[in-house]
Amino acid sequence: MTGPKFSFDKPGKYIGQPTERPDTRRLLKGRGKFVDDIQLPRMLHAAFLRSPVAHAKIKSIDTSIAENIKGVVKILKGTDFIGIVEPYVGVLSHLAGLRSAPQMPLAVDTVRWQGEPVVMVIANSRAIAEDAASEIILDLEDLPAATNTEKALDKDEPVIHSEFDSNLAWERTVDVGNVDEVYARDDVVTVEKQFLFGRHTGVTLEARATIANYDPSENQLDIYYSGQAPHMMQFIYAKHLDIPEENVRVTAHDVGGAFGIKVHTYGDEIATAAAAKLMERPIKFLADRYESFMSDIHARDHVINSKMTVSKDGKILALEYDDLTGIGPFSMYPRTSAIEANQVLNLTGGPYTIPNYRANAKVVFQNKNMMCQYRAVGHPIAMALCDGLLEEAAAAINLDSVELRKRNLIPDDTYPTTSTTGMKLDDLSHQKALSKLIEMMDYEKLKKENADLKKQGMYRGIGFCSMIEVTNPSPMFYGIGGAPIASQDGATIRLDAGGGIHVASSVTEQGQGTNAVLAQVAADVFGVDMDRVQVTTGDTKTTPYGGGTWASRGAGIGGEAVYLAAEALKDQVLDVAGVMLQSKPEDLNIDNGHVIDNLSKEKRMSLADLARTVYYRGNELPSDMSPELIATRHFRVTDTPFVFTNGAMAAHVELDIETGIVKILNFWAVEDCGRVINPMLVDEQIRGGVVQGIGHALYEECLYSDDGQLLNTTLADYLVPMATEMPEIHVGHIETPTKTSVLGAKGAGEAGTGGAPACIINAVNDILRPLGVTNYQIPMTPNRLLDTLRSAKI
Amino acid sequence: MKSSAFQYELPEDLSSALKLLNSNDLDILPLAGGQSLMPMMNFRVAQPDILIDLNKIDSLKNITIEGDYVRIGSMVRYCELEQSEIIQKHFPLIIHVIPYIAHSAIRNRGTLGGSVSLADPAAEMPSVLITLNASIELSSSNSTRSVNAEDFFKGIFETVRKSNELVTSINIPVSSMPKKFGFYEVTRRHGDYAIAGAVVTSDNGQDNFNDTRVVLFAVSTKPMRVPKSEAALNGNNFNNQDSINEAIDAVTGNSFERDLHNDETTKETLAKVSLKRAIGGLNG
Repeated sequence: MTGPKFSFDKPGKYIGQPTERPDTRRLLKGRGKFVDDIQLPRMLHAAFLRSPVAHAKIKSIDTSIAENIKGVVKILKGTDFIGIVEPYVGVLSHLAGLRSAPQMPLAVDTVRWQGEPVVMVIANSRAIAEDAASEIILDLEDLPAATNTEKALDKDEPVIHSEFDSNLAWERTVDVGNVDEVYARDDVVTVEKQFLFGRHTGVTLEARATIANYDPSENQLDIYYSGQAPHMMQFIYAKHLDIPEENVRVTAHDVGGAFGIKVHTYGDEIATAAAAKLMERPIKFLADRYESFMSDIHARDHVINSKMTVSKDGKILALEYDDLTGIGPFSMYPRTSAIEANQVLNLTGGPYTIPNYRANAKVVFQNKNMMCQYRAVGHPIAMALCDGLLEEAAAAINLDSVELRKRNLIPDDTYPTTSTTGMKLDDLSHQKALSKLIEMMDYEKLKKENADLKKQGMYRGIGFCSMIEVTNPSPMFYGIGGAPIASQDGATIRLDAGGGIHVASSVTEQGQGTNAVLAQVAADVFGVDMDRVQVTTGDTKTTPYGGGTWASRGAGIGGEAVYLAAEALKDQVLDVAGVMLQSKPEDLNIDNGHVIDNLSKEKRMSLADLARTVYYRGNELPSDMSPELIATRHFRVTDTPFVFTNGAMAAHVELDIETGIVKILNFWAVEDCGRVINPMLVDEQIRGGVVQGIGHALYEECLYSDDGQLLNTTLADYLVPMATEMPEIHVGHIETPTKTSVLGAKGAGEAGTGGAPACIINAVNDILRPLGVTNYQIPMTPNRLLDTLRSAKI
Repeated sequence: MKSSAFQYELPEDLSSALKLLNSNDLDILPLAGGQSLMPMMNFRVAQPDILIDLNKIDSLKNITIEGDYVRIGSMVRYCELEQSEIIQKHFPLIIHVIPYIAHSAIRNRGTLGGSVSLADPAAEMPSVLITLNASIELSSSNSTRSVNAEDFFKGIFETVRKSNELVTSINIPVSSMPKKFGFYEVTRRHGDYAIAGAVVTSDNGQDNFNDTRVVLFAVSTKPMRVPKSEAALNGNNFNNQDSINEAIDAVTGNSFERDLHNDETTKETLAKVSLKRAIGGLNG
């Protein structure tokens, strides 16, 4: 590299600024291009007949009436895909012992959850396909269903996969130090609680959608995709439909929210691609809301029995728990459904020094929809568990919980260090974050106010959470276990003849503003205005290879690749400029679309002139010069398995003790995501995450009957958090850049979702505890809180 | 989520609509504001053979004073009801309750007649109409009858309306606007179907409850009038805590229906809280 390096010492024109997203105007004008906006010639539409029961043998499927409905083109059953689709199994080699059964896109001989696709109808319109699906007669022989997580491993519970001896999918134990020795001491206090985390899901504005188009003349499969990981899906379609990987193109235009829901392999989407190949015609499948609730992955579903032991002077000595997680009948492919429990084991207690730690996680199969990675995988469980116990322990030793946190947080000056569970931690700021939080919320004043109001019969509480978040993952997350999931990402930047630049990146945009962040970095580092930057993401054919967006990695990894590519392109440009201007490249710089003199800042040549000379009038250049005005760089985290971030959050809530309704009065989040590239977008990520966390804590739950029927499949019955109920969410930042990259950016996408539930749960229990009761079952519905309050001393 | 095929009719006057309703062997549904019916059709919970869209029938869209009562056409939308000077003048209770009904986008389309015909037990308006002693006008091509609101609602999505009848108006005696009223509902989110709610009215604005009506909603299969609570309040001072407590206690013993999220005990608890707060918030 010859040119001057980008300096973070002075504020950038874009990096660090609350720059407006260039795509908002387009989206607000209704010019977005989502999968359902795409119409292809000769396109057909798919609808699926889904299993009406949780567990049954398929005796027969009668499609005779449906076939004769005008406009029906093809009806495909599970058996029709045998030999067309290679079955898939959701296991990873680094999750030792994880087992799951092979899956086909449609149920073949047994249905294992209500909502599992059984028959695919392809017709001239979706309405006709639905008409026909309703005329198909499924003859099912009911099998007993295993739906209760706590009974999943009982001897008399039906075993879902006959090839396995039980419904156990995976188990892992972590045992550090010696918890039993701590329990034996007589100078300690132990608190014990059961935590119940209900199932919920990520409700995306744009439901899952796929168009598959197959051209037999070139053996080419084109997928229009609403999702997060185009290259992963390219591999999956290629492998399981037996098409060379380079002949599969996966394109995501605008994506209306994803939240981890759209980073998995769904039978209906694979069936759509397989049918397109079979029929040599484009087929569209768009899940409706009902199907989304029944077939988009669900999240959480944990039963946790736990205890924490503290010394009377406020040191956390031991943490122990058993986590039981229900994942549905299969482990989801290819990420598996064991990651959530694994994260719980890895992350619980991560902010604190906890010398003795014993935890066991059991992941079990159930006859319910599949459970898998959703925003903040495992984090909300881990944080609610540890910080909930911490609040209980603080109360038990009569110490303010903030003080107990202060005494046990890993000190800011001890990094790099290792967590109790062996996680490498660096560049964290728990103490600073907590101090800033306390200051922002004026904790002492708030506490006094709560006490005063209680005398007037108002019940207000404060709940805290200190948290860590896994971001910028290395290959240790998935790649190591054999998954086709890249942890490196690439960026290509080229200088166009007009003097603008084009960025192509392998990270993806689902509405969070990734493209804006990439443009900011490129514009700042290279030296053009943002309106001269075009960004392409979400296309396996035209972007470098990479993992896409998951685990809060877009800015940290994708942004770093853009940073490196922009530096490289700048060097290339300055090399050419040096020759053209008879100057040393190191005496030149690029600013505002011009090559400038680095000292005097005087404009020497516009980038457009430079590019036009290179592209059109190469005769003006020395013949031994072969200028490149395009640079590609890739980046992966190598120093550490994950780049952790930290945060401290608090909620102030009011409980109507007569109705059980919780009102959130205020929420504060202090987040350290390293270098903040766009504070407005980071704040949006934190706030959006907090809102989803509030949904988890108070509203959202997928309710099942005992026989495995999902009971709420509309947005009238499944409550998502709405603007009216949301508090002001105050966001504060600490910036401790990660040393693993030049840019120093960590992820910010999941912190809010990871930390908010703990704050809400703790705030409500701050109210309940003095009344002699607690509630650790979420969502905290009025029904559950009233139930709890019936035994309260009011 | 596409509805099944149906025949669509858009009559321009009432008599044409009523004529269309006369085919006995077909499943015919009238479409008012569509805020419940359209999703039900898209979920294929409702699969009518014929859909009769009432939106062109202007005669159902008026609010008029006719002698000693106000006639509200069944196609009057909530947003129109809310802005009507007649309603504002005569029925402040209705004006008070409208903002609790869903959200403005829904109120811009939803109609009073549609809500009454659907008879969702969690809806606010059926209970309000019972306290206001409203009557529901039902028309068929050969007759018109009027049913007292209290007798109109039979159960979950069930009314006395016959399949060849249409709700054409909701008529409320001007004199029935109570001097005092209270309303309270418990919802988890603003605009949601209530978990429980109560409407309380008294005909005396001075000191004592008089001709009191207590109607609970969202806790049973239909609006639940509670005569024992009414009796406990009648004749007693608005601030008489003993009689208020008696009225609240009288809620116990009624039959409560659970919903997806709330069991019968919660329903009873919240019905009592709603009543207590409705009484506590008496105004007018």
